[in-house]
This record gives sequence, C-alpha cells and structure tokens, in this order.
Amino acid sequence: MEALAIGIMLGLCGLGAGIGMIAGIGPGIGEGDAVAAACEAIGRQPESKSQVTSTLIMGCAIAETTGIYALIIAIMLIFVAPGIFTSALIDGIKNLKG
Amino acid sequence: MRSLNKKSTRFKVIDGLLIAMMILPMLAAICLKVVCTPASDGIEISGALIYWEFDGMPLQPLIISESQVNSWAVIITVFGLCLYLTHGLTEKAETKRQLAAEWIVEKVEGLVGANMEGERDIFGGYAPFICAIMGISGFSSLACLVGLFSPTGDVNVTAGWAILVFIIITYYKLKGGLGKYLIGFTKPVPLFTPMNIIGEFATPVSMAFRHYGNVLSGAVISVLIGSALRGLSAKILGGLPGVLGEFPLFQIGIPAVFSIYFDVFSGLMQAFIFAMLTMLNIAGAVPWEDWDARRAKKEKRKQKKAAKLAA
Repeated sequence: MEALAIGIMLGLCGLGAGIGMIAGIGPGIGEGDAVAAACEAIGRQPESKSQVTSTLIMGCAIAETTGIYALIIAIMLIFVAPGIFTSALIDGIKNLKG
Repeated sequence: MRSLNKKSTRFKVIDGLLIAMMILPMLAAICLKVVCTPASDGIEISGALIYWEFDGMPLQPLIISESQVNSWAVIITVFGLCLYLTHGLTEKAETKRQLAAEWIVEKVEGLVGANMEGERDIFGGYAPFICAIMGISGFSSLACLVGLFSPTGDVNVTAGWAILVFIIITYYKLKGGLGKYLIGFTKPVPLFTPMNIIGEFATPVSMAFRHYGNVLSGAVISVLIGSALRGLSAKILGGLPGVLGEFPLFQIGIPAVFSIYFDVFSGLMQAFIFAMLTMLNIAGAVPWEDWDARRAKKEKRKQKKAAKLAA
C-alpha cells in the first residue's frame, strides 16, 4: 500500500510539473512579438540597431519572468516536493494502520 | 602624485599577494567542496550543501551553507581584483590594468547617468553600488565554471540583495513624507489597497526569483544534459569491449557549448538586468513634487523660527 501511495504521489508530482510548464507558452508568444517588433524597427531605422537590441534583450529577460516562475515551481515539484510529501504520506499511512 | 617605481620588488610582491588574494579564496572553496561533498555515484541535483550547523542560537540553528561560503569567496575575489586593478594608479594612464579600471568606471557611470538621471542629479553616488551589485552577481554566476555551486542559484542570496534594494526604494518613497506614502496605497480608489500592498512586495520578490530562477534553471539543465549524454554514450559504445565501452565520447565538449549559453550568457545577462532593475526602481521611486513641497514647508518653518528668534 505504501509503495502504491508513493507511486501515485510521484506520478502526480510529475504531472503537476508538466501542467505547470504550460505557462511557458505565454513568454514564448510575448518574446516572439517583441523580437518581431524589434526586427521591424531595425528594418525601418538600421542606425538604431544597438539601442533596439539592448532594449530588446532587457525586455525579453523581463518577459521571461513568468516562465521562470513556472520553471521554479516545476523544479520544486520534481526535486523538492517528493521528499516532503513522502514522509508526510508514510506518517499518514502509519496513523491509518495504528 | 607620488611616483611609483613599477619595477621595484615591493610593487611586484604586492602584485603577487593581490593575485593570490584573487585565486586563493576560490581554491579554498573548491577544496572545502571536495572535502565536504558526500560520496555519491552518478549525477544528482541538490541545493546548496550545508557545511556547518551551530546550535544555541536564539531563533534557529545557525547554518553555514555552501552558498554563504562561496559568496564570501566571490566577495574576496572581487575585492582583490579591484585592488589589483587600482594598484599603482598614475595621473596619466600607463598600464593596461589602469585602462581597464578606468573603462569599467566610465561605463558604469555612463550607465547610471543614462538610467537614473531625473530632473535633478541626486543619484551620482550610486555608481559604486550598482557596479558592486553587477560585479558580485556576475562573478557569483560564473563561479559554476570552476565547479563551485553558484551562490546566485540559492534564493536566499538573491533575496538578500532584493531586500537591500527594497529598503533603498522605500527610503526614497518616504522622501515625500510618511503620510503621503501611506495615502499613496489607497489610490486610485481605497478598494485597491490590498492590491497596492501586494504590488509593493512584488518588486523584491520578482527581482529575487528572476535571478535565482534563471541561474538555477541553467544549472539544472546543464546537469540534465550531462546525464543524458552519459546515457547516450553508454548506449552506443556499451557493446564494445574493455575501456572502449566506458569511453565518454559524447561528454567531451558538447556540454561546454550549452554551458556558454546557460551559465555564461544567462548569468551575465541576469547580473546586468538585476542592476538595471535596481537603477530603474530606485530612480522611479522618488516623488519629486511631494519632496519639493515638503522641502519648501521645512524651509518656511525654519524661516519662521529664525524670525521668531530675531524678534
């Protein structure tokens, strides 16, 4: 029973991490838009390339934040959460039996 | 200025000592890591190792972790680098290191001037602070190149910096007076107060998590690539006999290519962005009109007092 419970828990942690990383769509679209706009701007005014590029990198890094949050949560779910949940699960099962 | 003899033995000895100051902390940190890392087989992803734990502290046991030791090593290294670059300055730049030091100072002052100059020039003194943040953050992220755990891959380190920035931001927001600062939370309508308070704390949280998340994700991805390549070479060469079967064919060079992006570029980028956000947040926090009004009021009060004293 313990093995089954831990297996289900690990599977759900992995599933949660995978679902959480759907948040990667947002920054992807946003950064794509930003790069498209920057390309247009450089095409129109090639002399402003250096300024546009530095602003673009800055903006991309900030737009990336939400994706990074999702990544942190996914990493936590995969590497940190099982350790916490496993002990809690085993305690719970012991309480059930005893 | 006192002219220094560049060829003298004393100068060279001090140079050597400064170079040792740059290298020895890193070596010490590496040795400590080698000694303290528990034996394990295979690749695993873990947070910062805990080196020592002191009991008997009032709130909780005092923990000295890998990230603290490494960030102190980085601080000493950066300090040594600064001393080395500025050793033997002359009025007219003669040495390469003086040119490098002048270049760094000029670039940072230009950056601070371009991003923080408002209506008045009150942020001139921020260039050293910004440069320190950039240097320590960049070198911390690069610490993983010598096999150390990046201190910026620990949320406690970046959160500490973010709290420091938050304190400075709040200091400048309070320049308009405590009442004005508190009333500012109820704008545009009082219903927004909880949102505004959360938004106030979101600044340091997002700064800390952005830096930490980028460095940590780079480290995790590097480890995953390494283990995947190990599996690949074991799969392909595994059938060969003897030493050939264990030859790490795909681990040679390929992880380094990914490391250039995930460790070097990403780490330096985040250092730049952290410094940039620090500058923009601090420069955007000053309520100029309220500050002027408060200053004028103070001036008037002072004049009244003076008039009273004179009368």
